[in-house]
Amino acid sequence: MTRRGVRWVDQRTASAPLLRKALRYLFPDHWSFLLGEVALYAFVVLVATGIYLTFFFVDSTKEVVFRGDYYPPLYGQKMSEAYASVVHLSLAVRAGLLLRQTHHWAANIFIAAIVLHLFRIFFTGAYRKPRELTYWLGVTMLTLALLEAYLGYSLVDDLMSGMGLVIGYSVGLAIPFVGQNLMNWLFDGMFPGSPKLWPRMYIAHVLIFPILIGLLLGAHLLLVAMRHHTQFRRTKAQTEHTIVGVPAFPGQAPRSLGLMVGTTGILFLLGGLVQINPIWLWGPYHTYSSTNGAQPDWYLGWLIGALRLVPGFDLTIAGYTLVPNPFWGGAAFPLVVFGFLYLWPWLERKFTGDEAFHNLLDGPRDAPARTGIGVGVVSWVVLVFFAGSSDRVFVTFGLSYTGQIWAYRILVWVLPALFGLVAWWICKELQASERVVRVRHEAEAEARLARMRRSSEPPRDPSTLES
Amino acid sequence: MRAVVTIAILVGAGLLGTGSAGAASGPPRKPLAAYGYHLYGEYCLSCHGANAAGRMNQTSTSSGSGPGREQKQQNGIGPSLQGVGALAADFYLRTGYMPLRHIGMQPRREPVFLSNHQIRALVAYIASFGGPPIPKPQPQTGDVSKGLELFTEHCAGCHQVVAQGGVVTGALPPALVNATPRQVAEAVRIGPYVMPKFSQRDLTDRQLDSIVRYVEFTKNPSRPGGWGLGYLGPVPEGLVTWFIAIPALIVLCLLLGRRLRS
Repeated sequence: MTRRGVRWVDQRTASAPLLRKALRYLFPDHWSFLLGEVALYAFVVLVATGIYLTFFFVDSTKEVVFRGDYYPPLYGQKMSEAYASVVHLSLAVRAGLLLRQTHHWAANIFIAAIVLHLFRIFFTGAYRKPRELTYWLGVTMLTLALLEAYLGYSLVDDLMSGMGLVIGYSVGLAIPFVGQNLMNWLFDGMFPGSPKLWPRMYIAHVLIFPILIGLLLGAHLLLVAMRHHTQFRRTKAQTEHTIVGVPAFPGQAPRSLGLMVGTTGILFLLGGLVQINPIWLWGPYHTYSSTNGAQPDWYLGWLIGALRLVPGFDLTIAGYTLVPNPFWGGAAFPLVVFGFLYLWPWLERKFTGDEAFHNLLDGPRDAPARTGIGVGVVSWVVLVFFAGSSDRVFVTFGLSYTGQIWAYRILVWVLPALFGLVAWWICKELQASERVVRVRHEAEAEARLARMRRSSEPPRDPSTLES
Repeated sequence: MRAVVTIAILVGAGLLGTGSAGAASGPPRKPLAAYGYHLYGEYCLSCHGANAAGRMNQTSTSSGSGPGREQKQQNGIGPSLQGVGALAADFYLRTGYMPLRHIGMQPRREPVFLSNHQIRALVAYIASFGGPPIPKPQPQTGDVSKGLELFTEHCAGCHQVVAQGGVVTGALPPALVNATPRQVAEAVRIGPYVMPKFSQRDLTDRQLDSIVRYVEFTKNPSRPGGWGLGYLGPVPEGLVTWFIAIPALIVLCLLLGRRLRS
C-alpha cells in the first residue's frame, strides 16, 4: 500500500533520490539539538491555535457596550470591540479559552525555547563559519518573535495590554529626531491612535510577522541541512570531515515526532490547567485608567528593567530634548544586546583570526574567552530582567524598592564582569584538568608497555628492579 | 520622594481633627465610653495625648490637586482624634492598624489583641468627641460591574485591579483579601496613611456599595482557566514558564535525545 503510494508519487515527480537523501540525512545524537525543535513545534501550535482565534477576534476599537450576561463584572461596561470579542471568545466560545491560553503559553515557551537554543548555539560555537547565515536568520527570528508576541499582547486591548502599548509608544517617541514622526505614522496620529491602528496591528500579527517567521524558519532549516548539522567531538569517529549520527528514518523521525507530540501535550496541559492573562479580570483599557503591578510578559521584562534602572535624565541642547530618557532603557539597551548577537561571529573571527571551517562544536571550556563573554552578557541581561520585577519583590519580600534599584544600578555592571571572569577561570581550570587526564593516560599506557616488555625478558637480579 | 515619606510619617490625612474639639476633660458619663476612657489611657494616650487632642509639635497643611486629595503634612507623635468619630476608631482598631508598633511605620493589618467589648468601648470614647458614625455598606445592593469600573478608576492604580495589593512610593497599598465590607467603606472615607480620602462628593454611598461588592468579588474571582496564579498576570506566568514548562520540556529532550547505541 505504502509502496504503491510512494511509487505513484515517484513516477510523477521523480523525487525518489531526493527522498532517499532526506531519509538518510544524519542527525547528531545529542539532546541539546532538540531545543530548536521545541521552538519549531511551539510555533506550529501558535499558528494552529491562532487560526482558531481569528474566527472570533474583531480588530476594531469601536466602542461597544458589553452585553454578555455570562460575566456580570463587565456587564454594561463600555469597551472596545476588540476587548469584548476576546472576553466573548474566552468565556462563551466552546474551547475558546483553552486555545487562547494554549496560544499564550505557546508564545511564552516559543521565545524561551529560542533563547535556550541560542545559548546552545553560542556556547558551543555552532555559529562559526560556514554557519553565520543560519545564525543571523535565527537571531532575526528572535527579534520578530518578540515583536510578534508584543503585538498579540497588545491586540486584546485589556487594561494591561493598553498600559503596555503606551509604554511601547513612549519608547518609540523617544527615538532621537525621527521618533515622533515614526510613531505618529505607525499609530496614524497620537496615542491611542486612530481607528486604523487596530487593523494594522492585526494584519501585522496574523499575517506579516507569521509569514516572515515562517519564511525565515524555512530558510533556517534549509541552511542547516545544506551545510549539515554540527556535531560534538565525543568519539574518535567524529571529526571535521566525517558525519556521524542517526538517520532521519528510522532514527530521528520517531524521536522528532515524539518531541512534537510531547511539546504539544505540555502546551495544551498548561493551556487547560493554568490560567494565563485572565483579561476578563483586568477589565477594558481606557487612557485614564491603570493598575498597580502591571508587568509585561517575561520576554519583555528585560526592557522594563532597563527603563527602571536608567537614572532620570534627558539629553538636552539649548532647550531642545535631543534624547528623551526612555530611549536608553527601551531602545538603546535592546539595540546593544542584539547588536552584540549580530556582530559576535564577525567579532570573534576578527579577534581570533580564525578563518577556518568548523563542523565540530567546541565544548564551552574549549573557548574560555567566548564562554566568559557570553556568561557576562547573559548575566547582564538577566540582572536587568530581575530589576524589572523589583516592585513585586518589594511586595512579596519587603525589600525596599529604591534600595533595590540602586543596588541593581551597581550590580548590573559588577556582577556580569565577575561572573564572566569566574566562567573564564573555570574553563581554564577544566582545560588544565583535561591535560592532567591526558598525560595520565599517556603515562599509564607507557607504564603498561614497559611492564609487558620487562615480563617478556628473563628475570634479573631483583635488586635492579624498580618497584 | 522624601517629602511624601515625611508627609506620610504619621497616620492618615483624614485623622487630623476637623470637627469641633469641644472636648470635656475627664471620663464620659456613659459607662461604655467611660471604660473606653480607661483603655485609652492604657493604649493610646502616649501618642494621641490627653483628651484625644493629639501630640503634634507643628502642623502645616498643603493642598494637593483634585477633589478630596488634599494631603496634610504632619509632624509629631500622634494626631488628634477629636472629631474622627466612631468610623475611624472602628477601622483602626478592628484592622489591628492601631496600636502602631512604632511611630512612623505604615500601619498594617495585625492580630487584634483587644476584645470586641474593649474595641466597642474605645470606639464609644472616641465617638464621644463627635464625628462620623460607623458606615453600613450594603454590597448586596451594589452593582459589581459598576464596582469594577469605579475600582479601576479610583483604586486599581495602587491596590491592583484584582485588589492584590501593590507598590507606591513610600508605601505598600495592601491587598484587600482580608478587608471586610465595613473596613473597605471606612478606609475609603478615612484615607489611611498615604491613601487619598474620598468624600461623599467624590464617591456616593451608592457607588461605595458597588466598590465593596466588587472587592468581595475579588476575594474569590472567577478562574475558568484553571490555577489562578494569584491574579497578578505576567510575573507568576513567567515563573511557570521558566520553572515548570521549560524544565518539563528539557526533560523531554533529555529522554528523547538519549544516544541511540550502535
